Amino acid sequence: MRFKGGIHPKYNKSTAASSVEKMPLLGRYVVPISQHIGAPGEVIVKKGQEVGRGEPLTKAGGFVSAPVFAPTSGKVKAIKEFPHMMGNMQMAIEIIADGEDTCWEGVKPLGLWREQTPEDLKSAIAAAGLVGMGGATFPTHVKLSPPADKPIDTFILNGAECEPYLTSDHRVMVEQATEVMEGVGLMMRVLGVTKGYVGVEANKKDALEALRNACPKDLDIEFALLEVKYPQGSEKHLIYALTGKTVPAGGLPMEVGCLVQNVGTAVAALEAVEKGWSLIERVTTVTGSGINEPKNISARVGTPLQDVIAFCGGLTSAASKVIFGGPMMGFSQFSLDVSLIKGTSGILCLDADEVTQFTAGPCIRCGACVDVCPMGLVPSALGQYAERDRYAELGELCVNDCIECGSCAYVCPSHRPLVQLFKRGKAELRKLQQQAG
Amino acid sequence: MSDEKDPKTSPTPPEGDKAVEAKPAPKKEKPAAPPKLVMSASPHVHKGQDVTGIMRDVFWALVPAVLVGIWFFGLPALRVVAITVGGCLLFEWGYLKLLKRPGSITDFSAAVTGLLLAMNLPSTSPWWMCLVGAFVAIIIAKQIYGGLGYNPFNPALVARVLLLISFPVQMTTWAKPSSIIAFDAATGATPLGALKEYLSMGNTLPLPADQGASILQLVIGLRGGCLGEVSVAALLLGGIFLLWRGHIRWQIPVGFIGTVALVTGIAWLASPGSYASPLLHCLSGGLILGAFFMATDMVTTPVTRKGMLVFGIGCGLITAVIRLWGGYPEGVSFAILLMNAATPLIDRFTKPRVFGARKLYQEAKTA
Repeated sequence: MRFKGGIHPKYNKSTAASSVEKMPLLGRYVVPISQHIGAPGEVIVKKGQEVGRGEPLTKAGGFVSAPVFAPTSGKVKAIKEFPHMMGNMQMAIEIIADGEDTCWEGVKPLGLWREQTPEDLKSAIAAAGLVGMGGATFPTHVKLSPPADKPIDTFILNGAECEPYLTSDHRVMVEQATEVMEGVGLMMRVLGVTKGYVGVEANKKDALEALRNACPKDLDIEFALLEVKYPQGSEKHLIYALTGKTVPAGGLPMEVGCLVQNVGTAVAALEAVEKGWSLIERVTTVTGSGINEPKNISARVGTPLQDVIAFCGGLTSAASKVIFGGPMMGFSQFSLDVSLIKGTSGILCLDADEVTQFTAGPCIRCGACVDVCPMGLVPSALGQYAERDRYAELGELCVNDCIECGSCAYVCPSHRPLVQLFKRGKAELRKLQQQAG
Repeated sequence: MSDEKDPKTSPTPPEGDKAVEAKPAPKKEKPAAPPKLVMSASPHVHKGQDVTGIMRDVFWALVPAVLVGIWFFGLPALRVVAITVGGCLLFEWGYLKLLKRPGSITDFSAAVTGLLLAMNLPSTSPWWMCLVGAFVAIIIAKQIYGGLGYNPFNPALVARVLLLISFPVQMTTWAKPSSIIAFDAATGATPLGALKEYLSMGNTLPLPADQGASILQLVIGLRGGCLGEVSVAALLLGGIFLLWRGHIRWQIPVGFIGTVALVTGIAWLASPGSYASPLLHCLSGGLILGAFFMATDMVTTPVTRKGMLVFGIGCGLITAVIRLWGGYPEGVSFAILLMNAATPLIDRFTKPRVFGARKLYQEAKTA
């Protein structure tokens, strides 16, 4: 099925064929406590404490939460606020590596996933601190625990990677196809689901073939090449493209019995169960005109951005913007002292000539945003209400259905900051609704 | 390595910097100064199209029809174009300067308004009337509402209709088309004007051959009328260019022209003696100019595809009704302005379906 709207930005996936390079061990890591959606964890280590690789530094601060781990063995140097990729200062744990990279004694593999009970699999995933690695960073074990009245019957692996520039999922699918498919089987076992889909955008045929060849015989998986169109990887649009089902407005994929997981998460799930590894390393794409040696890297979670950039040949002299994530939904960074987190799918560095700063003009009602909005909203009207602080009208025009994909702002000839307006509008609307009780 | 560094010094919000300056700031141990990073909200890439680009395309799309007008109506037509375009630019520039408003005349929007206004005037228009038109279009119909993007009515059409009502004689004095070389000061009627007059005297169609114009004349533009509306071929050229560039959507011109053809066609089939053929209706008057360039003005028309179709059909209906049964021979300007007024309503009732919505928007409960 083809969803309405969407855009065709320049994909610039120049690193699609570069194999993942492992970053060497560093002397220092800074691990933010909050790397996920939900409650931050509770710190369980003390300053000066020796930690092993994979040792939990926090424990989950609730059900919707996930722990973080020591990326290598060493000593806790500081527990204080550090620059965070969300654009503010947040609590983080600084680790000075001892260079040994010794594994924490608590690391114990559960064994082959086919021999485990779904409950054991799920607790291993929760203990390993898995979150959605596509960027949304929602704790995986929560997603794998649907309420009893919303049974899941379809598992979907999201290999769309529709964000321009990013190739990390692509490389994982090509290089770790077996692990990805085993991870899919594992998560299907947790859910008790028999039907699975794998959706990959048509510009990554090799990835789809690799996955198809690696698929265990006992899994009922449908492999689909998807139209190359942004935002094909949005959960709701992916489900629609693969199954034809429409997730109701305001609802989650479980309303139509679907559950979507990212390819990186699938690999991490398998490693958590069969190797006992917690989520301390991930593949990410470092690319863009502003970096000297664009490449796909595998880096420990907590690696300072400085070191990632140095490993990739440094920034070019003209580099003027560094983005965590892709160009459509990523976050621009104010400092190179932030750390790579579990959800960092890419680090995009742009040269000054690509970073034109526009002055937003008035809406000329051209309707381009209406044409491209994949959610069927009227961004032009939403933008005008948001600009005038009329939040009640924003609610009536369904601002909460906005997935912040940025298609509207991408096409807007007046360069209106529509996504920013909607994010703020949503927050203000939430406040209003809370006040109203 | 850089652990002594106070983390407050590395982010650069203005307040943070000042707060740190108060006490002696700890020295950074960075070998090189970190690059100045630009921060902005997502998305970080853009399609690259801007308002000026769109307006420039619209401007160029109008040029062929204007050139044909100048060819047929001679230097007086060129004079009208120069005064309205110049006047619109001047008034826009003066207003923006005087009121210190953002915006610039280099965005081509005032030039497009001026060109459209000229195209909607007879080549015989006196200079002062052109200036009054430019003033009304820019100051009254556009800037007073807040400028670009905020005007509810098409500025060039507001000016045209105001002039038509205020100066009916000057606005309906048509030069006979000839060519720029063999300029001829004779006056003649427009095909629709001739038609209305002929019918009002109780005659039955067809028109005698010496009145009105042949299909070929209508297509190339060898007929009386406003200087930019005469050449159907040149207008279609520009219209197709805009469709190809994606600046206008087919819904408005097709809805508009299709409805005019349908309604006039039904009338013609019912009584060919008292109503002209739909072909004549489609090729004459300001229909092609209006349908491709005036009814498609982004600011004053609906934003949804469905709304655009409704808008086009509404324009077609009103135009046909005025032409067939109204007092004026032509109704395109009135039709578009009336539908401009209906645009907010159309937008409201033609919202697209929200992805996954079980029902359409809940009606706004206005307290």
